[in-house]
Order: sequence, then structure tokens, then C-alpha cells
Amino acid sequence: MNPTRSTTTPASRRRRSVNRVPRVVYALLGVMVLLSVFPLYWMFVVSTTDSATATSLPPHVLPGGNFLHLARLVFDTVPFVRALINSLIVATTIGVGQAVLSALAGFAFAKLSFPGRNALFLFVVLTMTVPAQLAVIPQYLIMSKLGWVDTLQAVIVPGLVSAFGIFWMRQHISNTLDDELMHAARVDGATTWQIFWRIAFPLVRPAALVLGLFGFVYAWNDFLWPFIVLKSPERYTVQIAIKALQNNRDIDLGLAMSGSFLATLPLLVLFAFVGRRLVQGIMEGAFKG
Amino acid sequence: MSGKVTAVTTMLGPATAAENTTRPTRYRHIQQGVRERLAPYTYVAPFFLLFFVFGLFPLLFTFYVALFEWDPIGEHHYVGLANFSQLVHDPRFWGALRNTFSIWVLSTVPQLLLALGMAHVLNHVRLRAATLFRMSVLVPYITSVAATTIVFAQLFDRDYGMLNWFLQLLGLQHVDFTASVWASNIMIAVMVAWRWTGYNTLLYLASLQAVPRELFEAAAADGANGWKQFRHVTIPALRPIIAFTVVTSTIGGLQIFTEPLLANTVGGLTCGAARQCQTLTLFLYEQAFGRFHFGYGAAVGVALFVMTVIVSAINYLLVTRIRSERP
Repeated sequence: MNPTRSTTTPASRRRRSVNRVPRVVYALLGVMVLLSVFPLYWMFVVSTTDSATATSLPPHVLPGGNFLHLARLVFDTVPFVRALINSLIVATTIGVGQAVLSALAGFAFAKLSFPGRNALFLFVVLTMTVPAQLAVIPQYLIMSKLGWVDTLQAVIVPGLVSAFGIFWMRQHISNTLDDELMHAARVDGATTWQIFWRIAFPLVRPAALVLGLFGFVYAWNDFLWPFIVLKSPERYTVQIAIKALQNNRDIDLGLAMSGSFLATLPLLVLFAFVGRRLVQGIMEGAFKG
Repeated sequence: MSGKVTAVTTMLGPATAAENTTRPTRYRHIQQGVRERLAPYTYVAPFFLLFFVFGLFPLLFTFYVALFEWDPIGEHHYVGLANFSQLVHDPRFWGALRNTFSIWVLSTVPQLLLALGMAHVLNHVRLRAATLFRMSVLVPYITSVAATTIVFAQLFDRDYGMLNWFLQLLGLQHVDFTASVWASNIMIAVMVAWRWTGYNTLLYLASLQAVPRELFEAAAADGANGWKQFRHVTIPALRPIIAFTVVTSTIGGLQIFTEPLLANTVGGLTCGAARQCQTLTLFLYEQAFGRFHFGYGAAVGVALFVMTVIVSAINYLLVTRIRSERP
């Protein structure tokens, strides 16, 4: 990354001129950051002001003192605490499920030999091209047969493991887990499950964590499917609660904005801690499109 | 279903405790042997179970439901291809197709161009606080579509939106962004582009960093300026990942739903009285869950499926061509 350390040759001088960052680059970056962050900032501003200020022109770009009032209105209009808990349950279960179940299947495909392994893995890879999310109508019919309509498991269970997750974990496990280590464990009498849980999984924990985080973010933000299967307000996830707040905009124009801010805040806090890992994950190919 | 999933995990549990059983050793060995041989299958079983029940079967069943007039709480009877012939003569379907297509073009083209430029800028080696910049362009990605739509709908508001205030400062007329096809499609395209530009930037940046720096240096030594480097080094190196992002944004574009549902606050399931911004997925939802025409909704689902397959097929051809072009 730092080829400019040796300074004498002409080549390195040229390199340095290539590497110098012009001011205009920082200006462009400033614009980029502003455009990326401003809508969120605006969400926050509107959720701290009263309707008159929020709708005045030229716009007030500084936060006001109305945050608690609006937040209380949000909690009074829909069961928002319940919605936050529901979202936390859904997103955590899906995140953990994605990490563990994908790692488990990835481990089997990477390190265990069993009849049909290659065919099954090819099948897993092929399913990635199947747009199953278009099949919401039969999915709904299945859920109603199971009696799962208006329950959280209708949102959780279909998302517990993914083809991509298996593919991703298989790659990491075959690159990290040494065959000799596995053999040694076997000689010592370890079962397959023990090899997975005590050796393979700890080795790939960073990759599994990234996968779980993407699963968490995806589940927290998902809209269409929860909107279809969750009917009663006590079952809403935060995203569906936001929609309900928007339907009540006659109460206060800032209601939906305040709800949106409150629904985004937990992810922003999480992002402050793990954002670096998510950036790395995307750049290493952990796409979750 | 969840019962079966937990059954799989509890089946795995006792394997660790197998040593503690009091049964005769030989019996235990056989039992453990069977368990060990079955282990790989139980490890991959959750995926296959979930995929068949909630993925493949519903997908195939969509084709079946599309052949019926299907009321979820009442009767259903077979109508053959009637839903499809109704669909091709339905102006609402063609309108939704037009909106889906135009939102896709209006969001994808500027988004990917912007992402290319941003990746080029972020690729400066000695940029300070590189991680911070990368994280901030990813903030829109972790913001939910619902929240994004609500804040942008406010920014685009006809009477007190900030955008219209800017237009007024420039001496332009106020635009009602929910009223016409073009204005509403542009508004939704901006929401989509905002959410995905940073994400695509990081994908491009990752590919760019795999390009040997010597390539840029050689180009610079040959007198290639910034634009020429961009045109002759950056773009060719990124071609495969550009193809990938075009496909993912196309498939994503076919599924746009939340933005048109929430962007037009008075639009309801049609995104306005004239269906000016109703997308195909929203049309599907309106028919199936708004009007309880499951059969007709399924026919829309089949149409969406066919379009997705066509896009994937074109992608496959493009990618193989790109691969054969590059040694």
C-alpha cells in the first residue's frame, strides 16, 4: 500500500505525483458525504420540530426542542415499543440463523465427503438465480395453511438460511480449516459436530459475523413480506409501524419522520460499531443484493 | 416447520453427549456410526427444507394459481389462460410495466455513473480517513426503504418541500412530484439511486483496488490524463463488476414496491388516481391483497418471473462474452 517509502528513483517520484490527493478530490468527497448523510439529518431535524417549523420556507436546518413530544406521539399512536421488540426478535434470529446454519451447511460442503455432495452444492448455487421473492401469493397461502399468518415466525423462518450464505461460508471454511487439523481431531475421537462447533466455526467466526450482520440489517429493513403477513399492530415490525404512522399523518406531519428516525437509530448505532466490517464485507464480495 | 428446524438442531445436540450414554459400547458405536454418516445431510437439510417449502414450491405454484380465478376466502375455479389474456389487454399492466422500466432506467444509469466516479475518487491511495468516507457512503444502504421514502417524500413535497424551495430560488415553477408520470418516476428513481449508489461504489472500488497500480502509472507515463486513465484503464478493468451491478439493479428494479407505496401519501395502492407511479410489484400486491384476485395477481407474478429470467439470460450471454474478450 505504501510504495513511496523509498524516495530516490524517478519511478517513485512519478508514483508520488500519481498518489497526491488534489483538493478537488476532498471537495468531491465532501459533497458525497453530504448527499449520503443529509436525508438522515433532515429526518432528525423534522422529528425535533413542530409542524409549523417543519413546513416553513426557507427551511429551518437546525434541530428544535420538540423531539420528546413527537416521540411520545409515535408511541401513543402505534405500539412502537412492541414493534421495536418484534424487529429485534426477527432480525436477531435471522442474523444468528444465517450465521450458524449457513456455516453448518458450508462446513458440510467444504470438508465432509458424502454421496451427492457435488450435485447438492450445484443445486444450492443454482437456487441463487431463482427469484423466489416473486412468489408471495403461494407463500401467503402456505403460511395460512400452517396457521402462521400474523405471527413472527412467518417472517423469521423463510429467512433463516440462504444459498448465498452457504456459498460464502463454504469458501471461508475451505480456505481456513486445515485438513490435518481435522484429521487430528478425528483421531482424538471428536465427532463431526464437535469438529464443526469447536474447531471450524470459531475459525470462521469473523466471516459468519459479517454474514449475520447483513442478515440482521436486511431483516430489520425488510418491508414487502412483513407487510403482507403481519396483520395486527402488536405484530408489526418497525417498518410496518412507520407505514401505520404515515396513515395517521393528520395527527402530526412529523409523526412518520419521527417514527422513521426512531426506527433507523438502532441501526445507526450498530453501524457506528460494525460499519467498518460491513464495508469490508461488501468489498470482499458479501453482496446481499 | 419451526418444529422441524429445531428438531434438526436438537438432533445435533446429543451427538456431543454421546459418550455419556450408559448403553453397551458396541450398540453405542453402531448408533454413533449411523449418526456420523447422516451428519452431513442433517447439516445441509435446513436449507433444502426451507428452499422447497418457501422458495421452489411457491414459485411453481404461482403458475398453477395463475390458471384460476382464486378468491383467498371463497371459491376458486379453473379459467385456463384467461388471466393472461386479460393481462396483455390490461392498460394498468402496461402502465405499471412502463413505470417499472422508466424508474429502472432513471435510477440505474445515473446511479452507476455516479458510483463509477465516486469509486475513482475514493481510490486515491493516500486519502486520509478512507474508512470514514467509505462508511459514510454506506449509510443510505443501512437506512430502510420505508424511512428513505418518507424523508424523500417530504423533501419533494409540492408545498413545503426543500427541493421545490430550491426550484423557486432558481426562478422555476413548483413541481407536484406526485402528479405526473415523469415527475413521480423521477422522484422514486432518486430514492432508489440514493439508497444504492454508495453500495455500488464500494463494489467498484473493490475491483479498482485489484487493478495493479503499475497500470495507472504506465498510463500516466504515457501521458494519459485523469479522464483518459478513467476511460482506458478504469472502465475496462471494471467491466465484469459493472455487468454484475447492472443485473442486480435490474432484478431489484423489477421488485420495487415500498417506494411507490409510501411516496405518494394520498396515492394508496395505485400510487395515484392515474396509477402514475404504480410499479409491477405494487400492481401485483394491489390485485392479490387489495382486491383479493389471487389468480390475476399470480399472472402478474408469472410475468415478473419471465422478465427476470430474460434479464438473467441476457446477463449470462454478456458475461460469457466479456470473459471471452478478456484473456
